[in-house]
Amino acid sequence: MRLILLTLLSVLLQAQTPVPYERLLNAAKEPQNWLMYGGDYSSNHYSRLTQITPANVKNLNLAWVYQSPTTGSWQATPLVVDGIMYLTQRPNEVVAMDAATGRVFWIYRYTNAADVAVCCGANNRGLAILNGTLFMGTLDAHLVAIDARSGHKIWVAQVANGKAGYSVTHAPLVVKDKVIVGVGGGELGIRGFIAAYDAATGRELWKFYTIPGPGEPGHETWEACAPDTQQYCDPEGWKHGGGSVWVTGSYDPELNLTYWGAGNAGPDYNPDQRPGDNLYTASVVALDADTGKLKWHYQFTPHDRYDYDSVQVPVLADITWKGRPLKAMLWANRNGVFYVLDRATGKFLLGKPFTKLNWMSGIDENGRPKETPQPPGKPVYPGPQGATNWYSPSFSARTGLIYFSAWENQGMLFGPAPSVYKEGLQFGGGGFQAFVPSPDAPESGIPGAPGVPNLRRGPINNWTDAAGNGAVMAVDPATGDIKWKYPMTDVTDTGITTTATDLLITGGREGYLQILNARTGALLWKTNLGAQMLNNPITYQVNGRQYIAAMAGLSFFVFALP
Amino acid sequence: MATRFLLTLLGSAALLAAQNPTLQGHPEDYARADIEYGARLYVEQCDRCHGSSGTGVSGVDLGSGKFRNAPTDQQLRNVITNGFPTAGMPPFKLDATDLTGLVAYLRNMKTIDRGSLKPGDAARGKLVFEGKGACLSCHRVGDQGSRKAPDLSDIGSIRAAGFLERTLTDPNGQLLPINRPVHIVTKSGEIIDGRRLNEDTYTVQVTDAEGRLISLTKRDLREFKVATTSTMPSYKGELTTDQLADLVTYLLSLKGQ
Repeated sequence: MRLILLTLLSVLLQAQTPVPYERLLNAAKEPQNWLMYGGDYSSNHYSRLTQITPANVKNLNLAWVYQSPTTGSWQATPLVVDGIMYLTQRPNEVVAMDAATGRVFWIYRYTNAADVAVCCGANNRGLAILNGTLFMGTLDAHLVAIDARSGHKIWVAQVANGKAGYSVTHAPLVVKDKVIVGVGGGELGIRGFIAAYDAATGRELWKFYTIPGPGEPGHETWEACAPDTQQYCDPEGWKHGGGSVWVTGSYDPELNLTYWGAGNAGPDYNPDQRPGDNLYTASVVALDADTGKLKWHYQFTPHDRYDYDSVQVPVLADITWKGRPLKAMLWANRNGVFYVLDRATGKFLLGKPFTKLNWMSGIDENGRPKETPQPPGKPVYPGPQGATNWYSPSFSARTGLIYFSAWENQGMLFGPAPSVYKEGLQFGGGGFQAFVPSPDAPESGIPGAPGVPNLRRGPINNWTDAAGNGAVMAVDPATGDIKWKYPMTDVTDTGITTTATDLLITGGREGYLQILNARTGALLWKTNLGAQMLNNPITYQVNGRQYIAAMAGLSFFVFALP
Repeated sequence: MATRFLLTLLGSAALLAAQNPTLQGHPEDYARADIEYGARLYVEQCDRCHGSSGTGVSGVDLGSGKFRNAPTDQQLRNVITNGFPTAGMPPFKLDATDLTGLVAYLRNMKTIDRGSLKPGDAARGKLVFEGKGACLSCHRVGDQGSRKAPDLSDIGSIRAAGFLERTLTDPNGQLLPINRPVHIVTKSGEIIDGRRLNEDTYTVQVTDAEGRLISLTKRDLREFKVATTSTMPSYKGELTTDQLADLVTYLLSLKGQ
């Protein structure tokens, strides 16, 4: 009875106070809340909550469900602030609800321009908060400030031209008094950038182009076309060179650096028309949070040929490196390599493949990959969906391991073709085709092989081990070694959260919410949510009760102990 | 509207429209405040191509109030929102308030004497809002005012002119049932006076005078009273007609920046 009363009174007993920058700085010390996309500025996706343990996790029950009225893949990670959950649903709606019961307080609906051009669906991955204001990027490339209490719009700022393929699909990052966002549209020939806006007014304060313009350092990596080239070559390729930013970055308050991953070069699959390394595509950039000035960069995949977006969440971890403390950046990349960088300097420290790959044969001492482009008709590993992707990894300082969701043994045949840029239209530079390995010729392409099963799952799983498989990987950052691996038949687009009781919470396209032992990889508990999971599970607490929240299909599920 | 002409395909009177008596341009079917607001929008958005009489584009007579491809108001809203690209009319990104006003004016162009329309003045309305009306003592705009009553920061994009005018003169009649004031006493003795935001059989969600979002289970409540009258006073007789028009115009200007 006592538990019931605690649950039912829920939000009433929670103090609802503003969220100033100081609370964001100390987000990890408020494990009852989830104050930003990555959990805290280090994007560790780690919670200090301890109520749910390996011993009692088997007793988890469904607490409540929220059903989205909109269709399409739902990729949002909610915020939880003092008992209130703020969740986005497609295309750009914010729902405020009681985090203990799922009952709705208000819904804010943003109307996108009718002529917006987006490459990959009406996605939105979440919100940021500062004081009493929520911030949301929009499909038509605007940034909206919303009163967290009333759900009313406070201001709207245009970030870019949505008609030209720009969008803002990721959760913004608030640093001090600024709201930082990047732009998506890497398949539509955008020129990517990251920009900061005044949280009070929406005024743009700084902008950093992920594709440097003439006179800026890095522009020389967009090389001139050879005069005698027989290939189509774009002499002004940088103007629509991609470098999209569609997943939230991280922030180190001591260094005052904010880190963001930049996406593929454009067009994706025809590198010949954009000679050079194509900075800062497929890179991480470290920017001064006050000015947006570039402090350092590291390019994971120079002259990207295979859509190896480096749009992963930068994980900041303080680890021991060769006997000395290191402010590290840990990065499992879409190109199949796990990296360790010095996040103060950008120095490359380690790069180790975590899955089958053949686009390179190794990495030199400066961190540059030794590329091994595959000839036409030969499969490239990993395929364009990558060995991992945008879904959040997790780092647990308790175990010292980084965890991420991976695609293994998935290759593709690439077919480059010239692409002439036209505003708002697809700018892919060719395409790719499924490669299904044959037992007799595992390294041979099979022209006309069946395509990859549809990425949107029905109740029958037609993905097979012939097309690749998914896995949760636990990697020791000191060595890059895989400590343990939890294989899945189907691939996975679900992020990971770990807890102070060594729970690892994740899912996959098979629709299982599954909780593993973060130390061993052993399965502790699972339940079938009935549809693919495309978001990052989180955990939070209201009035002393810990909850685990995850999304599957069009439903948002929340579990707790009885 | 903009550089090209509006409603090329809507111009001539049509049988469909004639069959619907509500679409023939009867001012009584539309709030005068909406028509006045629409008249102002027409000047800003449409006049340049269609002219003040609505006949600026060859073959199009907006003043007829009847349109072949938009016999219903919703269809007319769709035409304005989506445009007629093939005829050179671009889409217009107007909010619900703007569309209500513009449609009201287009339906009544023929019968309304534009000279008789007296649109208010937003600057004067702001003075009424912050002064004689004392609206900020309950409402909020931006970071100013109270959270006792609904936030009006973007009221101009979600409520039509006529609705606002009626609310000012008859707040009880316009009070949305879900927004009714509530008085709650929990079994533990806590008192909550606020507004209802959501309710089901077992729970109720409210916001209090500080704007806190509170979710309660009914079985934990000792008292739960929902008032049917608004806490907002009527301004009928308190403000002049001109002041009301100014106030409505100011509220319509609140679009959330």
